[in-house]
Formats: sequence, structure tokens, C-alpha cells
Amino acid sequence: MSTYTSVTPEDLQAMLDAIGVGSVGELFAQVPEAVRLGRPLDLPAGLPEQDVFAHLRDLAARNVSAEDEITFLGAGMYDHYVPALVDMLTERSEFLTPYTPYQPEISQGGLQVMFEYQTAISELTGLPVSNASVYEGPSALAAAGYLAKLTNGRPRFVISRGAHPHSRETLHTMAVGYGATVDEVVLSDGVTDLDALRDLLGDDVAAVFVQQPNFLGAVEDVEAIAAAAHEHGALAVCAADPLTLGVLEAPGNQGVDVCIGEGQTLGNRLDFGGPSFGFFAAAEAHLRKMPGRIAGETTDVDGRRGFVLTLQTREQHIRREKATSNICTSQALNALAGVVYLTWLGRRGLGELGELMLQRTHYARETLAALDGVAALHDQPVVREFALTLDAPVDRVLDRCAGDGVNAGFALGRAYEEHPDGLLVAITERRSRADIDRLAEVLGAAVAAERRHAGVGA
Amino acid sequence: MTGSGAPLEDNRLHGDPGIERTEIDHAPSAPTVASAMQRERAMTIFEKGAPGRRAFVAPELDVPVTGDLLPDRLRRTEPPRLPELSEPEIVRHYVRLSKRNFDLDSGFYPLGSCTMKHNPRLHERVAALPGHARLHPFQRPQRAQGALELMWNLERSLAEIAGLPHVSLQPSAGSHGELAGVLLTRAYHEDRGERRHKVLTPDTAHGTNPATVTMAGYEVVKVGTNPDGGVDVDDLRAKADADVACLMLTNPNTLGIFDANIEQIAAIVHQVGATLYYDGANLNAVMGVTRPGDMGFDIVHFNLHKTFTQPHGGGGPGSGPIAVSDRIEPYLPRPVIVRGEDGTFDLDEGSGSRAKSIGRLRGFQGNYGCFVRSYAYIRSLGAEGLKDASEVAVLNANYLLARLSRAGVAEYLPLAFGKLCMHEFVLSGAPMKKELGIRTLDLAKRLLDHGFHPPTIYFPLLVDEAVLIEPTETETRETLDAFADAVAEILREAADDPELARSAPYTTPVRRLDEAAAAKRPVIRQPL
Amino acid sequence: MAEASYPEDLLYHPEHDWTKIADGVATFGITWYAQDALGEVVFFDPPEVGSSVTAGQSYAEVESVKAVSDVFAPLSGEIVEVNTALGDTPEAINDDPYGAGWMVKVSLSEESEQESLLDRAAYVASLT
Repeated sequence: MSTYTSVTPEDLQAMLDAIGVGSVGELFAQVPEAVRLGRPLDLPAGLPEQDVFAHLRDLAARNVSAEDEITFLGAGMYDHYVPALVDMLTERSEFLTPYTPYQPEISQGGLQVMFEYQTAISELTGLPVSNASVYEGPSALAAAGYLAKLTNGRPRFVISRGAHPHSRETLHTMAVGYGATVDEVVLSDGVTDLDALRDLLGDDVAAVFVQQPNFLGAVEDVEAIAAAAHEHGALAVCAADPLTLGVLEAPGNQGVDVCIGEGQTLGNRLDFGGPSFGFFAAAEAHLRKMPGRIAGETTDVDGRRGFVLTLQTREQHIRREKATSNICTSQALNALAGVVYLTWLGRRGLGELGELMLQRTHYARETLAALDGVAALHDQPVVREFALTLDAPVDRVLDRCAGDGVNAGFALGRAYEEHPDGLLVAITERRSRADIDRLAEVLGAAVAAERRHAGVGA
Repeated sequence: MTGSGAPLEDNRLHGDPGIERTEIDHAPSAPTVASAMQRERAMTIFEKGAPGRRAFVAPELDVPVTGDLLPDRLRRTEPPRLPELSEPEIVRHYVRLSKRNFDLDSGFYPLGSCTMKHNPRLHERVAALPGHARLHPFQRPQRAQGALELMWNLERSLAEIAGLPHVSLQPSAGSHGELAGVLLTRAYHEDRGERRHKVLTPDTAHGTNPATVTMAGYEVVKVGTNPDGGVDVDDLRAKADADVACLMLTNPNTLGIFDANIEQIAAIVHQVGATLYYDGANLNAVMGVTRPGDMGFDIVHFNLHKTFTQPHGGGGPGSGPIAVSDRIEPYLPRPVIVRGEDGTFDLDEGSGSRAKSIGRLRGFQGNYGCFVRSYAYIRSLGAEGLKDASEVAVLNANYLLARLSRAGVAEYLPLAFGKLCMHEFVLSGAPMKKELGIRTLDLAKRLLDHGFHPPTIYFPLLVDEAVLIEPTETETRETLDAFADAVAEILREAADDPELARSAPYTTPVRRLDEAAAAKRPVIRQPL
Repeated sequence: MAEASYPEDLLYHPEHDWTKIADGVATFGITWYAQDALGEVVFFDPPEVGSSVTAGQSYAEVESVKAVSDVFAPLSGEIVEVNTALGDTPEAINDDPYGAGWMVKVSLSEESEQESLLDRAAYVASLT
């Protein structure tokens, strides 16, 4: 058993003497007898470190990770390379083990990282105001809904069906608390149907939400959607994949009021879904309605440049029931990974990486859509991911591909009942042309085999 | 400036936290390497580097290049103005920045209600195993059995620790768990055809409680505190009516006091059909001793980053699983982990089988990386070790309280409520302010010069000049002694010259910062 | 201003607000005591011109670094002007609470309400 404590019998006696009690049990005298457990917890006995390591390693070995197969699985989180310097910096005690920077004099490192992170997010999104990060993508979208509600007090949200299913579900969950309802806009040919959007808009709409690129990989006309929202005085909220913003226009330049999104693609590992971070940026007018921590620049009594948590009167510990959010923490360590990663990519690298994904994604779509029994689900421009339809049961095809060491992607039917035969394929810089060609070979064979199988059965 | 060299010496005595320190103003002031670094480090990454420098080299563009893949109007014309630096410059920038942080690995961090216990390094190692770290959240369940089993085991462990049978690991932090809890309460009542409008919180509550209540669409009603530091039961009885949905409570509370009336409180709340919510911020006091479920709570949130020792990362990530009673179970967030008869695990995402669910709170299954660490912790300590951790946490707190009850301290910093405490305690700096002319803030800033992170200050709100101290179980007696000595020394020094504390700190990378200027004209990004 | 001051020619509300009435239009602000208790003011959130205020009810918020306070209307009426200069220089509320730190001007709807307000002597007595 590991305890990480240090009380020896001698310590214990000296401490009890100093306190003036005879036993540790006396310290719990306030706990009424009736609510005491009165037995040991029914948990396994503690283990030495090496045994715990072995157990956790064995559990890890029973997962098929991106290490174990050629994976084209994306759908919100992506297998990008995380550079070594991100690991090295996030593992440093000085970044890993402090609490929130409540004492700025001894937290300048963390506070300056937040300030740099906010600058980077503002640059990416084209919006002047960023907080120091929130939990993750879908809850960031719901938080933008709360900002909209605080801003215009309207009771209805309109969200594109191209937004991540988890974002839409999270907004539905939170809207109950906000006292708002949610309507979804259908897609046509892979993108948000503008006419359907206009039909749903009205002066009771607090915000319109769109995702860029959308869940089917298609690049949306964010400018037109934002303009439609503004015609009715609603806020335009865009959920963006930050890694595509080297090649795609900044949402802030397309009229968007709030840009949020999942930050995992910026130097964070997959971790089976978390922790990562959500980013949250907005137009200047929304500064005082922002949720979460914000770092600001100032000077100390000697005139030295320094950083502090600022605009704290927005937050729960001061404004309590009138706060702009109940969120306490940012995702500081994950946001650190994000800003280090963006610095590593640099001004040119972000665009180069985007261009590489753009070209390989195009190549992959062309190559796969040419296979027998495989077609593109839509013809919209795509940047890092695209949707196909298969003339074969998707789950069975995925099983066959997995048997050949290839994870062919996300079965769209898991989230879109209108696309039971859909397959979503993601490309990162880790998937080379050879990997794509291998996918084409395996997928083509799997679809052919399933079609033969169906033919035999018919 | 009248500072002396004494604080620097104290740092050595108490274990210098390793933070990069600047010399005291009046100290011998030859230009030093440290002061040159100080100036350099005040530059942001956006002010460093030069056009054309780079760290990243893109993989080969190995496919045929096609033009016009994006219409011009969708394509970005001006690239984001990201920094341009080589890898050595980036590493040096951030390593130097790191040295301007105080951290738990370097020094004592008695931040009340935050449970800054040691973060075992084993946890980082196992979380980084590719089978965990590179597992995609949409990997199909049959190919993620290890992860689902780990989550199942963690759920079962947390259920046993809470004394409540059902767990959802999904919430991302304590405040997120709170929101889940109030939304669960709403779903429970609405399912019974009831509309309730009020949620009760004690006046000692953490600010997240009232903020959560508003976000969940309820009105906050405050309940008073009795002279012993517990819930004012008469006030509760007067306010508990059929319009109350929930009472949110921490036990032990933010004063470090276990509310001995908990059974009576639970009965009053349940009598009016409301739920009793347990804010798990202070669970580290009672593991294996008593359980929220046994006290009558319906819903509990855990702070894995506190009780189950997730590194805080300088402000996140965290993780805030919830445990609930049978009557709340149908409303738990989706997806739910299920175990089949053959022992295999699956994720039940279905809307059919979980029709009453409040739905999702976030993307995917929660902060799995945190689950790996906290599960490793629970397996390391086991039943006995967890109870031992709580007992030593309470022992350490009471010992430190005893050490701070000595003459020269207690008359300036008396215990606000009671005689003993649980895992933390609240001192009031009101006499110190009156007698010595230094505020709690000044005490905190002077502690920085002694190499300690200060306690939580000005919380809870109902104690004037509050100092909330939580040492945790992983600190040694020597550290607690050194901290008590430092507090005594600061008070002694203030009796002679209060200005020393009022102008502290002197040895930190920067000194007191102008927070008013930062708030008046916010500069929240680097002008480019 | 460092020294406490409470001008004779103002009327006071017990929630630490002052008013000065001329030709049916009243100017509102907070007293020296209020700004001192709040500390350095960093933000004033003004109401909109044309909105109505009710005596004894909050009409605006004023913030220091770590506190938010409601500002109460001493009298009822309609706001005809707000001190937009406070947007750039909220510190005027500390430096000159009765001058440049004024907050709104209100066209009064109930002139008789002023009988319930305090004069300087009564307000100062209430502070001790």
C-alpha cells in the first residue's frame, strides 16, 4: 500500500500531545455515530507502485490505440503529432503542479502563458477578446449560448445539424437550465441549408450556431450564416477547428460574434476524449459577459511588467448568483500545450500544415470515392475530413478493415440516422499517401467482400 | 524600503521553493545575471524571434497538388500572426517562464478547500502509456475494453466511497458536477410533475453554488449559520417549503466543521420532497469514516483533482464525477457504461434506454486522463490507505491549528469557530488588522518571502479577514512547524514594523501588481 | 479625495447615494463613504438614457477589483443623461465623487419623495 504520508509513531504521539487529545479518533468526535461507516470500505487492498503500474499497463494493452493501427478516425478529435517539447514542458513541475494563479507574484509563468495563449487564440479566430480557456469544445458551445442569453435575453437557440452531435446534445442539456429551447437546421448537400435557417429565424432567437468545418467535413459559408443571424438581431456563434484556421478564413472576419471550439488538435493527445481544452473568443462588446478566467497585463509597484487574473467581477467567487458562468477553472495545462504547439508550428507552419491536410484530404476523397461501392456523400470543399457513403453495411466493413490493421473512420450512423451507410474519414499529417493508398486497398476489398456476401444471400 | 536580509535566510531554512528570486531592493545591487534574465523574461513569445525562423518542418507533400480546392472567399488571406522562433528559443522561453511559478513539488501549498496533496509521479507515467493517451474517444467499445473496464472500476470505487450506488464520470470539474446535480434535481421533480423554483445554499457556500443555481434556472435562497459553524436548523426549517428543489451542502463545511446535525438537516430537506446535494470539495476529511450517502445525500460530486490527487496544472484540468441514489439514477447523463453478462463493457448512448436522461454535459466520456490517475491512486491506497489519508489530513490540520494557537499568534489570528477542526480550519485576521495594522492580504504576501504559498484568504465570506488553511496529509510535521514559525515571525515583525508586511513581498519575480489598472483598461493580448 | 467630505447642498440616501436637484432634474452619485468602502473603482456600468429608476432600487453597478456594488436611486424618475466619461475614467468616482464622478441625471416623477431623504447632518450621524 502506498500512502504518501509521513507520520511515524513518534510523530503521532508528539502531534496528539500538541493537540491535547488521546487519539486520532477523538478528532472525529463531531461525526455522529449513526452516520459512521463502521466497517472498512469495500475496496481492494492497496498495492505497491510496481503492481499498480502493471495493472494500468495491462488495461492499456486491452485498448486499440492510434499506436496500434493506421487510423482515419476523427469526428471531433484527431490523431495529430504532439511534438516532444510539448510533453517536456507540460511535465515540468512548475507548470504541472500549481493551483490557479491566485498569488500573481509567484505565478507569473502561468499568467504570462495565459496571456500568450489569449493572444494566439485572438489571432487564430480574428476576434479581439479571448479567455484563458474552458473545459472543452461542446461545453464551450453551450457556454456561448449562456453569453447570448445574458446579452439579449431571448429564449431560443438555432443550431446547424452540421455541429458536432455532442455539441448539439450539450446545448440541449444546458438550455433547459437557461430556460431556452433549441431548434436544429437541416443540412442540404452537406452544408447548412440557408433557406431552412431563414425559416427558423425570428426575433426570439438568441444565437445561431454553426461549425467550421462541419461534422461531415464540409466548409460552411459562415459569412452568409452570420449575416442571416444578424438580420434578426441574434448572435452568430461559430465552433471552429483551430488547426484549419491557417487555410480557412478567420470566423471573426466573417462577421461571427463568438468563436469557440475544441482545442485538442493543438498539441493535446487523444486521451480517450479528455482532458483537452475549449477556446472561447468574442467581439470586444462581449468582454464583460465572457465566462472563465482572463489574464491581463499590468505593472508591479516597482514598474516591472507583470500579469494578473483580471475582470474577476464577472466570476462566481465575486458575483455569485449573478456571475457570467459557474466555471472556476480554465484548462491551463492543456492551453499551455496549445500555445506551445502553435509556437512550434509558427506563422508559416500553421498554413503549411493546413495546406498539407487540404491536399491529402482531397487526394483521399478522390481515391476512395473512385472505389466500387463507395461514393462521396457531398461535393463541398473539405479540409481535413470528408464523408462517404458505402454500398455495404458500415460496421461490417469497419470490422474487416480493422482485421487488416486499418481503422477506416467513424460510422456516421452512430450519430446521424439519415446516413446509416455513411463513413467519415479524417486525415492528419500523420497519414501519408502510402497510408491513404493502404486504406483504399483495404476499404475497397472490404466493401467488395460485403457486396459479394450480400449477393450470395440474395 | 526597510526590508532586511532575514527572509532570504528563512527561505533556506524552510526549503526554498526553487522559484527564481530577485534581490531585495536595498540589497547589494550589482547587476546580476538574475536581473538581466528578469528583463528578458518579461517579454512575451510574440516579442521574440524573427521572421523566417521556425521549429516545425512539414512532412513531405506526397500527393499530387491540386489548385482551387478552396474558393477564394473561404480561404484565409492574412495568416495569423503567430510567433516565429526556433525550437531552442521556444524551450528556453517556456522553461524560464516556468521558473517564475511556485509549485506544489517545490513547497508547502496550504490553500484551503483546494486539497493540494502530493501528485504521485506514477500517475503521469501510466496516463502517458499509448494505450491510454493515444486511444481515440470514438474507438468502438469492443476495441476499448481496457478503458471501459478502468472507468467501470473507478465508478464502482467512487460509489463505495460515496455510499451511493450510481456514478457518472462525465462532468469536467466540480462546478460542472454541481450543474449536473441541479439539472438532475430538476429532471427528477419534473418527471414527478413538480415545478420548484428555489435552491437553498448556506451562507458559507463556495461561489460556484449560487452561480450554478442560476445557470440551472433556479433562485438562490441563503440559509444562515449557527454559532457552532453549522447550518442554522431553525432557519432551514423556516425556508424549506414545497417550492424548494434542493439544499446544496458541504460537510465538513468551508469552516472545516462537521455538521453534527446532518441527520436532522437531511430529514427536513426530504420532508419537503427536495434533494440533498453534497459538494465534495471537502471529501478528503472523511473517506472511510462516513459517507455522503449514509448521511442522507442524494447527489454528490467528487473533485478528482482534489481528493484523488489530479495535478492542478496551474488551473485545470480537473474532473468532477457525480454519484447518485436510486431515485436519481434514471436521469444520469448519457452515455452510461454497462457491463454485459459475458463481462464485456459497452457505452450505452441510446436515447431509448435512457429516455429520462438529462443528456450530455460535454463531448465524449469525460476527462479520461484524469480517471487513469485517480484510479491509480485508489488502487495504490486501497480501503485502508484512503481512510488513513483522511485521518492524517485531519491530524495534520489539528496539529497545525495547535501550533498556531500559541501565544503571539492566537491573540491576533484566533480560530473563527469551534475548538478542533476537520481537514482545514479558518482563522480570523480581524484582531491582527486592529492590533498590528496588517491585513490578511499582507500576511499572505509576507508568507511568499518565507517560501510558502499562502492559505486561501477572504473566504469564507462570513469570517472577517478570513485565513482558510488546509495542510493535507502529505506534509511532514517539520513543514507544519516551519509554517507555524513563519506566521509567528511575521506577526512578531509586524509588531515592530507593520510596513514590512504591508509592502511585501520582496523576493519574488515581481512584487505587488496593480490589479486596478489591469481591470480599468484591460490589456488581455499582446498588441501585434 | 483622501479626506471624507459631505457637502451641505446635497440630499442623501441611507444607501450612501447623494442627489442634487435643480429645475426638476436631479443628479445622482455615490458618497465619499461609499467610494471609500468600495476601494479603487475600475468600472461603472451605466443604465440607458430613457430608462426609469425607482427610489430605493438599484439602477447601475459599480465595480472595484474584487467587489460589485449596486447603486441605488435616491429618487424616482426617468434618466435623461448618463456620465459617459466614467467609461474611460471610472477613477473620477473616487477622486471627485460629487463632481466629475456624478453618474446620471434624472427627470423626477415624484418631487415629494425628496422629503424622505437625509440632509448632511442626518447622513453623517448615520455613519457613526
